[in-house]
Amino acid sequence: MIAPNSLGWFARHELGLALRDWSAMMSAGKPVRRAVLAAIFVVVTIILHAIAYALIGSWAGAGIGPDKQTLVWLSGGGLIFFTVMLSQAMESVTRAYYARSDLDLILSSPANPRALFAVRTSAVALTTVGLAALLAGPAINVLALTDGAHWLFAYVVLIALSAFATALAIFFTAFLFKMVGAKKTRLISQIAAAVVGAGFIIGLQVVGILTYGSLSRFTMLNSADLVAAMPPDTSVIWLPAKAAMGDVASLLKVLLAGVGILTLAIVFASAGFARYAVAAAGLAHAKSAAQRVRTSFAILSQKQSLRAKEFKLLLRDPWLLSQSLMQILYLVPPALMLWLNFGQSSSIYVVVVPVIVMASGQLAGGLAWLAISGEDAADLVASAPVSPRDILVAKIQSVIGAIALVLTPLLLLIALGSLSAALVTALGCTLAAGSATAIQLWFRSQAKRSMFRRRQVSSRVATLSEAFASILWAGTAALLISLPMLAFIPAILATGALVFAFALRPRGEA
Amino acid sequence: MGSSELALEIKGLSKSFDKPAVRGLDLAVKKGEFYALLGPNGAGKTTILRMVAGLLQPDAGRISVFGHDAKRAPLAAKRIMAWVSDEPMVYDRLTPFEYLEFVAGLWQVEAETAAKRSAELLDWLGLSENAHARCGGFSKGMLQKVALAGALVHEPSLIILDEPLTGLDAGSARQVKDVLRKRVADGVTIIMTTHILEVAERMAERIGVIAQGRLIAEGTLEELRASASEGSATLEDIFLDLVARNEVAA
Repeated sequence: MIAPNSLGWFARHELGLALRDWSAMMSAGKPVRRAVLAAIFVVVTIILHAIAYALIGSWAGAGIGPDKQTLVWLSGGGLIFFTVMLSQAMESVTRAYYARSDLDLILSSPANPRALFAVRTSAVALTTVGLAALLAGPAINVLALTDGAHWLFAYVVLIALSAFATALAIFFTAFLFKMVGAKKTRLISQIAAAVVGAGFIIGLQVVGILTYGSLSRFTMLNSADLVAAMPPDTSVIWLPAKAAMGDVASLLKVLLAGVGILTLAIVFASAGFARYAVAAAGLAHAKSAAQRVRTSFAILSQKQSLRAKEFKLLLRDPWLLSQSLMQILYLVPPALMLWLNFGQSSSIYVVVVPVIVMASGQLAGGLAWLAISGEDAADLVASAPVSPRDILVAKIQSVIGAIALVLTPLLLLIALGSLSAALVTALGCTLAAGSATAIQLWFRSQAKRSMFRRRQVSSRVATLSEAFASILWAGTAALLISLPMLAFIPAILATGALVFAFALRPRGEA
Repeated sequence: MGSSELALEIKGLSKSFDKPAVRGLDLAVKKGEFYALLGPNGAGKTTILRMVAGLLQPDAGRISVFGHDAKRAPLAAKRIMAWVSDEPMVYDRLTPFEYLEFVAGLWQVEAETAAKRSAELLDWLGLSENAHARCGGFSKGMLQKVALAGALVHEPSLIILDEPLTGLDAGSARQVKDVLRKRVADGVTIIMTTHILEVAERMAERIGVIAQGRLIAEGTLEELRASASEGSATLEDIFLDLVARNEVAA
């Protein structure tokens, strides 16, 4: 029997909660047959493996030698995964301090909070491994199948890297608590997590554009100059890559380092956990500083009032703003490419326009959810003498306004080089943003804005349709510029994705 | 009682979710009346009020608010009505001042009038000091008072309150009750659900008892006392007696 309040006791408690949370996430809170879930899982797994095989199957089949180019490739790819893992770990570790659900109960009990912290941070490491395995698993399996079972060691490398990422996240969060206090730690950590998640990929693209004129994030890794400039094969920076390729000595070193640093981080930070968590809890009761004092009201129509409220709430929520700005960050590389190639080549639009179209769809999806579903005072708005149609129109106008604000400079830049390319971009962005907004309308549900993080699991159909529609409208725009005769194919498919979403929309009272 | 004297008239109202929540309800509330709706948990009180406020569609029946059919002319009905729920409908990142500005915009109250009324309401409810601080760090009582100020800023003729005193301390509850009494004295109609029977006993002119989606008794405290079993002295005794008899009959 496990002793109450021990490490094992907390671990069992957390595991039970995690399993229920996972189950609720998979079923989106609705009763779904296990067979259906299993079938979806199998289909997605097969598709991911097929994509991985198409990308690396022939390369791996020809035999992969332990040369420096391969080490650069593996380390670069691994670093992309590591940034995603670090981003996920930073977000999760911050939540461990700020989540209130049962923390008040546990911290007010005579239980040792160090044990709880150890369990929760270990759970973060496990979740991070899970995410990385989900992303990298198909590629590892294809490598193991085509080049040899030694590639399965890469899973152990993922475990070591996730432990290292979690340790870094713990040190970073504890450092922030000490330096800037509980009030600013959450915000800084969440923004840093978002920037880390996208920063490396964007950085690779920017370097690729500046050096080779290519938007591909892998161009940089293929460069002979880069390979030549790298340290010799014996350097420790290649240890994870060598471990992934099956070198047992490197594997042991990497695993020992990862798990060792995580243990150190837990021991180091668990002492302050209760103190910092209590400080974070105090924020719920802290009043904000008084705003600029006004004594008169602005004269606004009903729609203007609704739009003003949406913008005010978005601008005042730095975390939501940073999440939306992250999607805008992905527009930096294509904008840079446009700037550098201005007036030199028309082929540049084939690369840049679809990226902008896809980004506008993704940005619209997030903003539309916030405006349409993320309403903290739904009863107030519904009980006001405003027709539901006018409420929706005002909210859609808020989304369109925000998208227009972001895209107008890019459209102007394109228009200076090619008016037709600008028109195609505008059309593509309108269709992508319109589709994403329509899908959010069909799948609208009442939720607090704080639920934004979980919006993608509330409806898998909405999430997938939104992603497919954005990608297909981006394809349509690319073909309109390069091969207009074929543009109708992705356009029909995008319309199909919309029809599919419309047919499966939930019915009943909104 | 003629229709012109009524603030609210409900006829044959029904609503089902998994099972019937409201069953063919008839209810009439006079203009300027303070009406309390009592009932055990799950009796259908909130469902009834949400249908009146236009937040739920009835399956059957008719709701008339000051002569406006709530189904055919919902905006006309909403224009003269306010809804306050037990969970305050307030934005964390707006200040009480900005919240009232937003509500005034939704109800299209003239800006100068709304600003003046807001200042009075915030002062009356003891919120002046926090008028320009974001609602995020407010206590439940403060949030409830902000929501109540929002309900009053457009000077509705009918105020519907669902458990408005839940979670309020004695001082805040007193402030809210005083505000409501003043409104009734000014001719406003109030319909309120509450589990605090003492509040219904002291404030309401008439009391309706709901059980299993039906109105099982209605009247002044004296009328209810007369209809209850002998020995039912307080409203609590009467309420428990009526509900128990209804359960036996069902």
